[in-house]
Amino acid sequence: MANDPIQQFQINKIFSLGEVGGVEFAMTNSAIFMIATIVVISGFLIMSTSGRGLVPSRWQSTAELIYELVASTLRNTAGTEGMKFFPLVFSLFTFVLTANLIGMFPYFFTVTSHIIVTLALALLVITTVILYGFMRNGMGFLKLFVPSGVPGAILPFIVIIEILSFLSRPISLSLRLFGNMLAGHIVLKVFAGFVVSLTAAGAAGWLGAIFPFAMTIALTALEFLVACLQAYVFTILTCVYLNDAIHPSH
Amino acid sequence: MALAFDWESMMAQQQTNAHTEVAGHGAEAGGNFPPFDSSTYGSQLLWLVITFGLLYYLMSKIALPRIANILEVRRDRIASDLGEAERLKKETDEAIASYEQSLAEARQKAHGIAQSARDTAKADIESKNAEIEADIAKKLAEAEEKISAVKAAAMGEVEEIAKSTTEAILEQVMGSGVAAKDVAEAVAAAKAN
Repeated sequence: MANDPIQQFQINKIFSLGEVGGVEFAMTNSAIFMIATIVVISGFLIMSTSGRGLVPSRWQSTAELIYELVASTLRNTAGTEGMKFFPLVFSLFTFVLTANLIGMFPYFFTVTSHIIVTLALALLVITTVILYGFMRNGMGFLKLFVPSGVPGAILPFIVIIEILSFLSRPISLSLRLFGNMLAGHIVLKVFAGFVVSLTAAGAAGWLGAIFPFAMTIALTALEFLVACLQAYVFTILTCVYLNDAIHPSH
Repeated sequence: MALAFDWESMMAQQQTNAHTEVAGHGAEAGGNFPPFDSSTYGSQLLWLVITFGLLYYLMSKIALPRIANILEVRRDRIASDLGEAERLKKETDEAIASYEQSLAEARQKAHGIAQSARDTAKADIESKNAEIEADIAKKLAEAEEKISAVKAAAMGEVEEIAKSTTEAILEQVMGSGVAAKDVAEAVAAAKAN
C-alpha cells in the first residue's frame, strides 16, 4: 500500500486518552502535528520578537511583516472596529498557514486536510459572526439578509438567497481549504508514485519517469503557493464575514 | 481541472468502499477514506480545541501585544526623532541667521573704522601740509626781506663807492678838489639814468 495516495491522510492512534459517551479521545499523529503547528508559530513569534529591536532583525522583521499583513487585511476589510477580532484572525491565519506548510514536508501529516478540522475552524468564525452580530446590532443584524434598494416584488427571493448564501458560508469556507489540501497532496502523491513505479521497471522506465518527476517538482511549487494562498483566502473571508457582523446593512 | 477530478474519483472510491465494507472502524478500516472516518473526529476536535485555544491565548496575551508594542515604540521614536530633527534644523537656521547678522554688523563696523581711520589720516595730512606750507611761506618771506635788505645795503654802498671813486678820479684828473656836492648830484643823475 506504499503507493496508496490516501494513506497519508490516515490518522494513527498513538495512545488512547479514554472514552467519553462512546467517543474515543486519543493521542494521534494529527494531534502531534497540531501541537507542532502551535509550537512553531508561538516559538517563532515569541523568540523572534524577544529582542524588541528598534531596528528589527530578519526574524523580527518577518514576524512584523506577518503581523502587518493580517492587521492591514482586517483593518481594510472590517474597519478599525474589526481590530478587536485581530487575535482571532491572526491565530486563524498563522494556524492554517503553518499547518499547510508543515504538511508540505514528506512524511508529515497535514492537519488541514481533514474536513472536521477545517469545518471546526469555519464554524468558529461563523459562530463568532452570529454571536457578535446579534450582540452588537440586536435584531438589526437581520438586516444582513435584507439588502436595501431592492424592489418589494423580488425582495422575498433576495432574502431567501441571502439566507442560503449565509448558511453556505461555513460549508464553502471549510470545503475550500479541505479540498485544496486534500487534492493537492493526492495529486502530488500520485505523480511521485508514478516515478517510483516507473523507475522500478528498468531503463525505459527511468526515461518515462522524467515527466512525472518534472510534474512532481512543479506541483510541489504549486502546492506551496496553494498552502499560502488558501491560508490567506481563509483569513480574508473571515474578515469579510466579521465585517458583516459589524456592519450588517449592505 | 485535474485536481477536482482526482478528488472526486477519490470520493467515489470512498463511497464504494464504505458500502462494501462492514462498518469499518477507525484506523484499521484500511480502504476507508480517513477524512470521513468519524471515529477520529473526537480526538481531532479535542486536540484542535486545546491547540487552537492555546495558540489564541499565546497570541493575544504575549506575541501580538509584544509586536504591537514594538511597532508603537518605533512609530513614536520615529515621530520624536523627526520632531527633534525639526527642532535642530530650526536652531541651526537661527544660528546661521544670527551669525550672518553679526557678520554683517562686523563688516559694517570694520567699514566704519576704516573710514574714520582714513578720515583722520587725511585730516592729519592736510593739517601738516598746511603747517608746512605756512612755514615755507614764512621762510620765503623772511628770505625775501633779507635779500631786499642786503640789496638796499648794497645799493647804498654802491652810491658811496661811486661818489668816492668819482672824487678820486676827478682829483687825479683835474688835480684839484671838486665840490662834494656836485659829485653827489652827478652820481644821483647817473643813477637816475
